[in-house]
Amino acid sequence: MKKPKPQSGDSFGYLAEFPDQHKLLDAIHTCRDAGYRKMEAYTPLPVHEVWEALGHTSPLAKLVLGGGITGALVGFGMQYYASAVHYPINIGGRPFNSWPSFIVITFEMTILFAALTAVFGMLALNGLPRPHHPVFDVPEFDNASRDRFFLLVPWYDPIYDRGHVEQLFDAMHPLSLNEVFHP
Amino acid sequence: MQQAAGNPRDLGPSVIGPGHDLGSVTDKITSIVLKRETPRGWWIGLGVCLSLAGVLLIAIVKLLADGVGVWGLNVPVGWGFAIINFVWWIGIGHAGTLISAILLLFRQEWRTSINRFAEAMTIFAVMCAGIFPLLHVGRPWLAYWLLPYPNTMALWPQFRSPLLWDVFAVSTYATVSLLFWYIGLIPDFATLRDRAKSKPFKVAYGMLALGWRGAARHWERYETAYLLLAGLATPLVVSVHTVVSFDFAVGIIPGWHATIMPPYFVAGAIYSGFAMVMTLAIPLRAVFGLKDFITMRHLQNMAKIILATDLIVAYGYAMEAFFAWYSGNKYESGMMWGRMVGPYWWAYWSLMLCNVAIPQLLWFKRVRSNVLVLFIICLIVNVGMWLERFVIVVTSLSRDFLPSSWDMYAGTKWDWMLYIGTIGLFGTLVFLFIRFLPMISIFEMRTLVPKSEAGTEASGFEEVE
Repeated sequence: MKKPKPQSGDSFGYLAEFPDQHKLLDAIHTCRDAGYRKMEAYTPLPVHEVWEALGHTSPLAKLVLGGGITGALVGFGMQYYASAVHYPINIGGRPFNSWPSFIVITFEMTILFAALTAVFGMLALNGLPRPHHPVFDVPEFDNASRDRFFLLVPWYDPIYDRGHVEQLFDAMHPLSLNEVFHP
Repeated sequence: MQQAAGNPRDLGPSVIGPGHDLGSVTDKITSIVLKRETPRGWWIGLGVCLSLAGVLLIAIVKLLADGVGVWGLNVPVGWGFAIINFVWWIGIGHAGTLISAILLLFRQEWRTSINRFAEAMTIFAVMCAGIFPLLHVGRPWLAYWLLPYPNTMALWPQFRSPLLWDVFAVSTYATVSLLFWYIGLIPDFATLRDRAKSKPFKVAYGMLALGWRGAARHWERYETAYLLLAGLATPLVVSVHTVVSFDFAVGIIPGWHATIMPPYFVAGAIYSGFAMVMTLAIPLRAVFGLKDFITMRHLQNMAKIILATDLIVAYGYAMEAFFAWYSGNKYESGMMWGRMVGPYWWAYWSLMLCNVAIPQLLWFKRVRSNVLVLFIICLIVNVGMWLERFVIVVTSLSRDFLPSSWDMYAGTKWDWMLYIGTIGLFGTLVFLFIRFLPMISIFEMRTLVPKSEAGTEASGFEEVE
C-alpha cells in the first residue's frame, strides 16, 4: 500500500514526551503490540535497549571494513606503482618492490580510509546534515537534548491512524503530546 | 569496570559528584559556554597566550625572511630544536587519543569527563608539532612536495624513508583526531543549539550540530562509528610515535640506532601527555568549579598512569646505558659516556632528576591526593620530557664518528622564541576552546548519571581533598 505524497500542513505524526527511558520503553512496547513498526524514539543519550526495542541495525561496520581494505589497496598500490612501474630506480640491485618499507604507509592509509568511511558513512546513513526536521517545531522538543525522552509515530507507518495514535498515547499519560505537521 | 561502578569504595573517590541528574549535568556544563559574563581570569590568560603567539609570528617572519640560518643548526648538529619540539608536542598529543580511544575500549568510565579537552589538547598539540617540520623544510610553500601527487617533474616522494612515513602518520593522526573530536561534539552542539539564547550562537551551534536530533536510529549508527573510530585510533596512536622513533632508530647514529626506541617513545609520549592533561585539568577544575566532574579519582588515576609509564621510560634509560656497555661497541659506549660526563652532562642528569627520581613520589598516596604537589610534578615531567628529546637529538649528533667534526649546539633566541611561541599558540587555542565549546562531553556525562546515583547511595563517601 503506497501512501500519497504528503502536502504541507498534513500530519507528520504524533510526538509524546516521557520523563525517563523506562517509560519510553514501555511506550515502545505498547505501540509495537498495537501493530506500529516505523516508530522513532529521541533520547538525550545513547540507550541500547531503545534501538533494540525498535529493531534497528546498521550496515556501518561492514562499510568501514570495506573502507579499510580499499585504503590498504590504494596505499600499497600507490607505492608499488611509483617504485616498480612508473619510476623504477636501480640502487645496487635492490628490489623495486621493497614491500617491508611500504608497510607503514599502507597501514596509515588503511586507518585513514576506514576512519573517513566511519564518519561520513554514519552521517550519510543518518541523512545528516539536515538542518530542519518537523519534530523541531514542537516547543517541548528542545528538551530532547537535555533530559527528556520522545516517541514519534510517523505518518509513513503502514497502519498510521491519527485518532488511534492519539488515543493510544493519551492512555500512557505522557508529559506532553503533540501532533507534528509537514512543513 | 561494572564492578568498580557498583562498589566505588574500593577505588577511592567517585567519577561524578553526588546529587546530579540528566538536567543538572547538562545545565552545569552548558552554562560554562553560554553564560554571558566571561571570567576576568579568562581575558588575562588569553591575553598572555596571545602575546606569546605574537612572538611565534615574529619568529616565523624572521625565519622566512632570513632562512634557517637564524636557528642554531650547523654541522654536525643538523637536527636541533625543530625536531625536539616536534617530538615533544606530538608526544603530548598522544594522551588525548589514549584517554578518548583506548580507555573507551577498556570501558574505563572515569575517562568521560576528561576526554573532550584531552582530545582538544591532542589537536592543538599536533598543530603546534606540525609547525616545526613545516618550517624546517626551509621553504614551507613547497611542503606539498612531500605528498605523492602527479607532477610535471615526474617525481615521487621516497616511500622507503621514515621521514615520509612521518608525513603519512602525522597527517592521518591529525585527520582522525579531528574527526573523532568533531563526532563527539555533534550531540553536544545540538544541546547548545537548543539552550542558546542569542540568535547568532543558536545559528552557529545549529550549523555545527548538522541537525542532530537524537533519534535512536541515529544513535545506533553513531555509537558504532564512535567505537570503530576508537578501535582505529588505538593502533594509530601507537603507530604514530613508533614512526616518529623510526626517524631516529633507522639512522645509524649511536644512541639512535636501537630496537628499544619504538616502545620507549610510545611510553614517553603517553607519560608526557598525561602530565599535560593534568597541567590543564587541575587549574580548569578549580577555576570553573568542575570538582564534581573532574574528581580526585581522575587525578589519582592519571597519577598512576604517569607513574606506570614513567617506569617504562626509566627502563628505557637503563637499557640504553646497559647496551652501551654490554654491546662492547666503542661508539655506543662513547656516546653514553659523553651523555653522562660530557659537555651536556647537565641535560642528562636534569633529565634523570625530572623523569626518574621525582615521579617516584607518586608511589605515595598522600602525594597523589595533594593537588598542588601533583601539579608541580606534572610541570617537572613536561620539562623532563623536553630534556629527553634534547639529550637524544643533540648529544648523539654533537659527537659523531669523527672527533675533528665534534661541535657544540645551542638554540638561538629565534629557536627559543619559536618554541615559546608555540606554547602561546597552544594556550590561545585552549582558552578559546573552553569558552566556546563544552570542555566536558555532556552526552557521555549523562550516561554516568544513573550509576552515580546508585553508587553514592551505597557508600556515601565524600570527595577527599
